[in-house]
Amino acid sequence: MIPELGHFALILALTLALAQGILPLIGAATNQTNFMAVARPAAQGQFVFVAIAFACLAYAFLVNDFSVQYVATNSNTRLPAQYRFAAVWGGHEGSILLWTLTLSVWTLLVTLFSRHLPQEMAARVLGVMGLISVGFLLFMLLVSNPFDRLIPAAMEGRDLNPLLQDPGMVIHPPILYIGYVGFSVAFAFALAALMGGRLDAAWARWSRPWTTAAWMFLTLGIALGSWWAYYELGWGGWWFWDPVENASFLPWLVGTALIHSLAVTEKRGTFKSWTVLLAITAFSLSLLGTFLVRSGVLTSVHAFATDPKRGVFILIFLAIVIGASLLLFAWRAPKVGLGGKFALISRETFLLANNVLLLVATGAVLLGTLYPLFIDALDLGKISVGPPYFDAVFMPLMAPAIFLMGIGPFARWKEQSLPELAKRLKWAFGVALISALLMPLIIGKWTPLISFGLLLAFWVIAAGVYGVWSRLAQTPGVMLSRIAKQTPSWWGMQLAHLGIAIFIIGVTLVKGYETENDVRMNIGSTVTMNNYVFTFRGATQQAGPNYQAWVGDVEISKNGKLVTTMHPEKRNYLATGMAMTEAAIDAGITRDLYVALGEPLENGAWSVRVYHKPFVDWIWGGCVLMALGGLLAISDRRYRLHQRSAKASDALPVGSQA
Amino acid sequence: MLRFLAPFAVFVALIIFFAIGLTRDPREIPSPLINQPAPTFTLQQLQVPAKQFSPADMRGQVWLFNVWASWCVSCREEHPVFVELAKRNLVPIVGLNYKDQRPDALQWLTQFGNPYVLSVTDFDGRIGIDYGVYGVPETYVIDKQGVIRMKHIGPVTPQILQDKILPKVQELSK
Repeated sequence: MIPELGHFALILALTLALAQGILPLIGAATNQTNFMAVARPAAQGQFVFVAIAFACLAYAFLVNDFSVQYVATNSNTRLPAQYRFAAVWGGHEGSILLWTLTLSVWTLLVTLFSRHLPQEMAARVLGVMGLISVGFLLFMLLVSNPFDRLIPAAMEGRDLNPLLQDPGMVIHPPILYIGYVGFSVAFAFALAALMGGRLDAAWARWSRPWTTAAWMFLTLGIALGSWWAYYELGWGGWWFWDPVENASFLPWLVGTALIHSLAVTEKRGTFKSWTVLLAITAFSLSLLGTFLVRSGVLTSVHAFATDPKRGVFILIFLAIVIGASLLLFAWRAPKVGLGGKFALISRETFLLANNVLLLVATGAVLLGTLYPLFIDALDLGKISVGPPYFDAVFMPLMAPAIFLMGIGPFARWKEQSLPELAKRLKWAFGVALISALLMPLIIGKWTPLISFGLLLAFWVIAAGVYGVWSRLAQTPGVMLSRIAKQTPSWWGMQLAHLGIAIFIIGVTLVKGYETENDVRMNIGSTVTMNNYVFTFRGATQQAGPNYQAWVGDVEISKNGKLVTTMHPEKRNYLATGMAMTEAAIDAGITRDLYVALGEPLENGAWSVRVYHKPFVDWIWGGCVLMALGGLLAISDRRYRLHQRSAKASDALPVGSQA
Repeated sequence: MLRFLAPFAVFVALIIFFAIGLTRDPREIPSPLINQPAPTFTLQQLQVPAKQFSPADMRGQVWLFNVWASWCVSCREEHPVFVELAKRNLVPIVGLNYKDQRPDALQWLTQFGNPYVLSVTDFDGRIGIDYGVYGVPETYVIDKQGVIRMKHIGPVTPQILQDKILPKVQELSK
């Protein structure tokens, strides 16, 4: 009965989504207030029914209702309750339901925080989001209904993929989806602005907090996925350029460009059509990612059982949504006109250059991801593209972008003298250069690549510190009030840029200095790595809720003192018979110690893999700083000031926002 | 106006590619090598570089030839299947360690187990070209006369092993 309620709730949500998608758009075009007024209640009602459907599916999982096909495929009676809940999005149908729920939550938030918008703008934004929702609800109801019954019911479920039975899995997909789907708001704003012919600073200001919020979640979601791969897959890697990873990274790159471009559009009224195009692209890439992951056109470690009908449906949906918005762009954007003029050397130029670099990098990653598909479609054979391509292409493109990142915040809008800029930044560059040259020597091994990576990071930090210092020095008052006088969005920018630097340091040092050792360890035997002595005390068998595990006991000591004891596991999941490696990680600011069990050998000995990973946590720490930077930027109260003259925004001090 | 249509044009091209892509199975790859003699080679063995191996050494038995590499993510997915298969002693598996490095490859085998009677090293990927290796992993079924009878691209799942590979091995072993 409950699953039927869920199914019925989806149908009701679809009818409301249709009302939300069609009536307000007609109303806005023909200026009928009563039609436009449908948008909010319809969107809120839609949220209620999607939430009911989601709750019904979660309920079916929690009570082990194996008469529902999707539950029987993705759960098991022995699966712990929190994973039974996470299993709701452990497969295709539930993932789409989570996507739809996320979209309806974003829509709900728009209905709550758009009271100050002109009515036709709000109506158009909600209308566009309603139409997107129609697509996903239809997709579920027509070809991937999570509530399909299995008759007769299964006695036992097939269990959730053991890889996904992990706390990371409980939070990674929702956070990632919040980010992915959040770009739909920027997209809807862009389309609404195109329809209304209102591509102005106000539009950019309305879009900015939504875009930053989505970007923030996407950053966290990607970082969580990477961290999860690091500790769950057991071989210490954190990024593989897998098509599905790329699918989440592409909207991030474009979203980053969009955030910066929106800043220019808001402050200077330029880059309007470019900004609109970026907003469309960011969300299109989110949809494209959904298509790539769900249709099975590419092979990936995230491969799912695929059904051609689903692929065709998403492709048609993709064609309609993106095609229509690009046509709308081609029709309306030429009339937008140019904004304020700017000189060759100006903050606008730096931001534009960064935008172009980000977009070229996006293109390169997209090309690498889709190349196997192109070649196959042209009957030129089958190939695969791996990390060497992505490393070779991505890093040279990002290096100049990061160099510009240090300069950008110092440049003035409109026009900037280059010698003056060089004069201001020469010390920051000098300090960065010298420390980047010396640091690897102190650590122990110097290579050009390590030094170059550190140079980029130190440059961003030095320029940032100098920027903060000179800004605070110019502000009168005691230090605390000087700090408080800067806008949160300015601090947010500094923090996010610092996050990039921290991230680069993590990547550089872990690539440059990590050590790994694969050893056969008898009980009591030791292996020494970077002054840490690992002593293997044996492995014992323990029973988990739905698995049997070998739990290793490894003592770590340094200079004769016990540092910690680590317990790597080798699990065998009962329902699927899949073996999983649970690495033990002793995390630290300057290094992670990472121990994974390999294979059992004779007499209680095991093959053990041991890593020393210097500064690896800085990779995710950097991402967290970026996200916090985003959070600070959103908290800026100017986004909540509804009555603002355009003059006031121009009067903001130079360097206030990038 | 025209330049504003460029994004749309690019998108239409993409959609066409996707539509064609949907009609293909990225894992299904026809091999011109089916029913052809397996290309010969003589390569160093991975564990014992002093020793060499050539397909002719396997004459008279049906065997699996599995292309793997330590950098290959999907190989980790299929590896337990081979480790299990090796325990059952049904068919010898020879590994082709493809575009890899010896220490990495050896470490990989220590960590995940070694189901291979032996592995040969194809560090520059030349033999991979002869065998038409598109992506790793790939698995070939080679008969007693040294003729390739089947090729599977992508990770071997227990199901593929049971439904496709093992029946083929049994048929050829008669």
